Amino acid sequence: MSDTHAQTVAFVRDTMLPPEPPPVSESGAVKWLRENLFSGPLNIALTLLGLFILWLLFSTLWPWLSHSVWNANSMAECREIIAAAHGPDASGGCFAVIKHRWNQFVFGFYPVDLYWRPVLAFGALFLALAPVLFADSPLARRIVTGTAAVLTFAIAAVLGAGGLELAAIAVLLLAWILLIEMRGDLALVATLLYPFLAVWLLWGGTLWEPLMALAGFVIGFVIWRALSAYGMFAFAAAVLAAVLWWLLLSDLVARGIAAILPMRLVPVSSDQFGGFVLSITIGVAGIALSLPLGIVLALARRSDLPIIKTMAVLFIEFIRGVPLITLLFVASLLLNYFMPPGTNFDIILRVIIMVTLFASAYMAEVIRGGLAALPKGQYEAADALGLDYWKAQRLVILPQALKISIPGIVSTFIGMFKDTTLVVFVGLFDPLKAMSDTIRASFEWKGAYWEPYIFVGAIFFILCFGMSRYSMYLERRLKRDHR
Amino acid sequence: MKKSALFGSVTALALAATGAMAAEGDTLNEVKARGVMNCGVNTGLVGFAAPDANGNWTGFDVALCKAVAAAVLGDATKVKYVPTTGQTRFTALSSGEIDMLARNSTWTFQRDTDLKLDFVGVNYYDGQGFMVRKDLGVSSAKELEGATICIQTGTTTELNLADYFKANGMSYQPVNIDSNAEGEQQYMAAACDAYTTDASGLAATRAAFADPENHIILPEIISKEPLGPAVRHGDNNWGDIVRWTLNALVAAEEYGVTSANIDELAKSSQNPEVQRLLGTTDELGKMLGLDAEWAKRAIKVSGNYGEIFAATIGEQTPIGLARGLNAQWTQGGLLYAPPFR
Amino acid sequence: MVDYPGAASPPFRLSMLIYDRRYRSLTIQAVVFILVMLLASWLIDNTLKNLAIMGKTLSFDFLFRRAGYDIPQQLIPYNSDDTHLRAATVGLLNTLQVSILGCIAATVVGVIVGVLRLSQNWLIARLMTIYVEVFRNIPLLLWILVILAIFTEVMPPPNAYRGESPRASMIMFDLVAPTNRYTAVPAIGLSNPPGTIAIGREGISWALIAFVVVLAGAWLGHRALRKSAKRVQDATGIRPVTWWKVLAMYLVPVLFLTWYFGLHLIPPVLRGFNFADGTNLDNALVVLWLALTLYTGAFIAEIVRGGILAVSKGQTEAAYALGLRPRRTMSLVVLPQALRVIVPPLISQYLNLTKNSSLAIAVGYMDLRGTLGGTTLNQTGREMECMVLMMGVYLLLSLIISGGMNVFNSRVKLRER
Repeated sequence: MSDTHAQTVAFVRDTMLPPEPPPVSESGAVKWLRENLFSGPLNIALTLLGLFILWLLFSTLWPWLSHSVWNANSMAECREIIAAAHGPDASGGCFAVIKHRWNQFVFGFYPVDLYWRPVLAFGALFLALAPVLFADSPLARRIVTGTAAVLTFAIAAVLGAGGLELAAIAVLLLAWILLIEMRGDLALVATLLYPFLAVWLLWGGTLWEPLMALAGFVIGFVIWRALSAYGMFAFAAAVLAAVLWWLLLSDLVARGIAAILPMRLVPVSSDQFGGFVLSITIGVAGIALSLPLGIVLALARRSDLPIIKTMAVLFIEFIRGVPLITLLFVASLLLNYFMPPGTNFDIILRVIIMVTLFASAYMAEVIRGGLAALPKGQYEAADALGLDYWKAQRLVILPQALKISIPGIVSTFIGMFKDTTLVVFVGLFDPLKAMSDTIRASFEWKGAYWEPYIFVGAIFFILCFGMSRYSMYLERRLKRDHR
Repeated sequence: MKKSALFGSVTALALAATGAMAAEGDTLNEVKARGVMNCGVNTGLVGFAAPDANGNWTGFDVALCKAVAAAVLGDATKVKYVPTTGQTRFTALSSGEIDMLARNSTWTFQRDTDLKLDFVGVNYYDGQGFMVRKDLGVSSAKELEGATICIQTGTTTELNLADYFKANGMSYQPVNIDSNAEGEQQYMAAACDAYTTDASGLAATRAAFADPENHIILPEIISKEPLGPAVRHGDNNWGDIVRWTLNALVAAEEYGVTSANIDELAKSSQNPEVQRLLGTTDELGKMLGLDAEWAKRAIKVSGNYGEIFAATIGEQTPIGLARGLNAQWTQGGLLYAPPFR
Repeated sequence: MVDYPGAASPPFRLSMLIYDRRYRSLTIQAVVFILVMLLASWLIDNTLKNLAIMGKTLSFDFLFRRAGYDIPQQLIPYNSDDTHLRAATVGLLNTLQVSILGCIAATVVGVIVGVLRLSQNWLIARLMTIYVEVFRNIPLLLWILVILAIFTEVMPPPNAYRGESPRASMIMFDLVAPTNRYTAVPAIGLSNPPGTIAIGREGISWALIAFVVVLAGAWLGHRALRKSAKRVQDATGIRPVTWWKVLAMYLVPVLFLTWYFGLHLIPPVLRGFNFADGTNLDNALVVLWLALTLYTGAFIAEIVRGGILAVSKGQTEAAYALGLRPRRTMSLVVLPQALRVIVPPLISQYLNLTKNSSLAIAVGYMDLRGTLGGTTLNQTGREMECMVLMMGVYLLLSLIISGGMNVFNSRVKLRER
């Protein structure tokens, strides 16, 4: 600027006015309220409606919740306490039933002094999953493994695990975390071993039985590698060897070794499973077993071989076409018919088989989606490298497809976990209906309707919500990867 | 002998598949080899079969399971209780999942023949009744025209109810419920005017109410419900064992053998009936494929029929059932054990 | 993979079955097929052996025997003297009834909630998020049980309406009485009934037929009117006012029929134990329907939200640029495009809802599983036959629904040039 204006204009402001605060209606809470709640007649109506719903919920639930009683030995005692404190007509929650019987909701009829075993199995589940679920985020992984380990140890201690057991738990957890941190590749092997550990912890008995079952896989793998030059034959031979091992030898060997070195935990039979231990066992076993089956089915459905494709389609559509509850009835009513006469096996195992088949059909569809979402270039690149079908799948396609599918897998799992409550209809003690009914059948707790539902619902909500948050977190991460 | 279920079962499956088929119709040896008897029970009916807070099963039906296990295996704790629903119970039995069914099941012609079960006796003579609130002013089932009635699905009571109202030319509105707990809830909230099930169940339910005096059980008993243990059709030896274990419990009451005096009576009783029952003479157990003291063990577990009744569902318990038809024949009831000889 | 047509094909050797790509796929398929057939025959063989041991035979005769039990909810006449087959049909119709009602209501709830979740209104958006998360993350069985408990515990029993000073009073001009057994609503009565036509055992009133015919006629007239209005608009640019014509087309004949037949409401009256004269909507149906609606609605809301978000923002902006108001933008631009993303998962939710309706067992609603797979199975002991039939029917339902999905999919598919 030149000085010319200094002569021609009488006054030039050389300092800025301080900024005025925006009008009240355009700032702070008022602005926020105006924009977000009262921006138009429709919005005002909606806000009022929302407030009304909130008030309705609050005014119905709050008196009941605020009158709740946590210390009592029976429903009648609860009513007395509430009547004494809030007048004869007051109603209130009697959460004493939860305090009194929480262990049944959580552990079913699992022996009290062995509670640490399911706790450890559940805690170790997080250690097993962390390297897979949080592969690219060390911080999240450390938080999860650390919390899981500390909580597992603390809960086991509170639930009265003995000194020896606590020491073993601590060593196991620490060693596992160290393994995850130092040798990520070996941690994946540990993850594969987890199911065998969990079975041993939950059902007890000798360690050699799960180990020998594992040995079958190892034998199969070794034979496959040794004969890998023979292509298809190697695979067939490996399967055959593993099956023969399981059918003929593993039981004998396990018993033989067990006679020398027992490695025994107190056995717990399936009929003692109940509550959330049962739900989580069925849910986790179902999802873990259905994953490989689902992959095979998905590959079969996308295969060029018409017969295999048809069979996969038939299986998947059949399973997806009938309600889970009918499959559970098949497990309880019909599965024994399909087995050789005289065979009998545990209802929980039968339910797990049916749940696995059920989940595998859904899993196959999820993974098929992942396979389809993979750019065609990946398939062509694998072909261009001269990889054969299985190598291409194993090294190129599946690792990527599975990664894309994790959110879908997680939501399948959430659905299945919720569906485990249906086992009540075949006489198993699920936490929701069977356990509540059992507890309500006792004379002390007759009439406790809402409290068990609230408690069980809250736990289901926490677990499922947590999983769905994880899946959303993952979706965000995956999205960033592709950008 | 208890194995980890998963691998145990897989192995069992495998063994069976490779030809080691368990001989069909030899439940006794199967149970002995297994070391545990599988007993099908109700999923939870207080007094008859229900797990307590620690998962220990107790009740009238459970006591029979224990007695059979004691007779066969010598240990009343070697029972695995398999909770069965109204739908799964008979299949569980015929598929071999359970060795005996003690789940207050009514002995009917069709179940005995078409379903291929064998009911070996009656451990509770029941009949179907109605419970209503007193303030309805109803004093007879004949006045229930147009009433809403709660009924458990999958039971014979459903058929009896339909038959009864049809026979009397009345109409009703059924409310189907799934479990006894749910039935109580519906009835308490007056979602149904009357609740119908076996009279024993009604008494148990009524006893548990906070205000039992406001509810009455109507005088009509509309059906015969002989509840009894069942076994698979075709395995007569196993059927005999269960049948005579039940008879032993009944006979023990008749002869005054109780869990308290049984050891003494076994040594000193001069009554030849008691001697045969307790295996002091004659060794009747051999004929069943058991040892001489089978009945003694069975009775010792929870006492004779009368003791079991009194401890689980009798008048001193919250359920408060009178003996009624279930008294000994000498007392004007229907319990009549065939002679042990 | 590439075959060279010019190359002379070598003579066939047995080893080519394994090493030659052209034959290998055949070999693999043959082997797998044989294995699966072996497995299937093993299972069937076992089943037959087991049945023989138990002395049972496969037979569907029981379907034609007397059922002997009563069914509370029936869409077609049924009593305990009817056959098991008819009982199963009643059950199937009940399944269809609750599924169809549930699908419709869940769609309405889902669309409203899905749209509201994206609303600018902070409170409503949060409330809807809470609704969706709470319902999605808790098992359906719990919702069914809780809603059942609410209906039984909170609603008054019918006799609460009795007496001088009743504890409960009827609502909506004394026409509707909600109770913990059913909701008593007025029935429709005719003072000048035209008689009925018998179809099977069900009588259909001629009045109903008359109404259907009249409404169908009005609808056709409406369509014709719309077409001609569009023609006028295309020709002149001005759309003639038609709304009063449409209204008249529907209303006049309906009012006439109402007057002619003397249509009136018969309010429910408490008689004996229960309300009579009116129609009683069974709570079992209402509870199941509500639970299925709210549960599936939460899933549908997420699908709708996802579908709306999938429509690129440019579309909305373009619509705004054309001067469309937000609501019209939503209904004319965004939703039609979102529909393509929404419909496939929506149909699979319908499928889920239909399958989930088998949880009717928990409220005593006698659906297919409750009749054929429940009481019939239990009374006859024919588990194999009942389960096979039941799964077959569910499978058929699923196939019909997914068939419908494919038809719809191909209709809304983006027609690319």
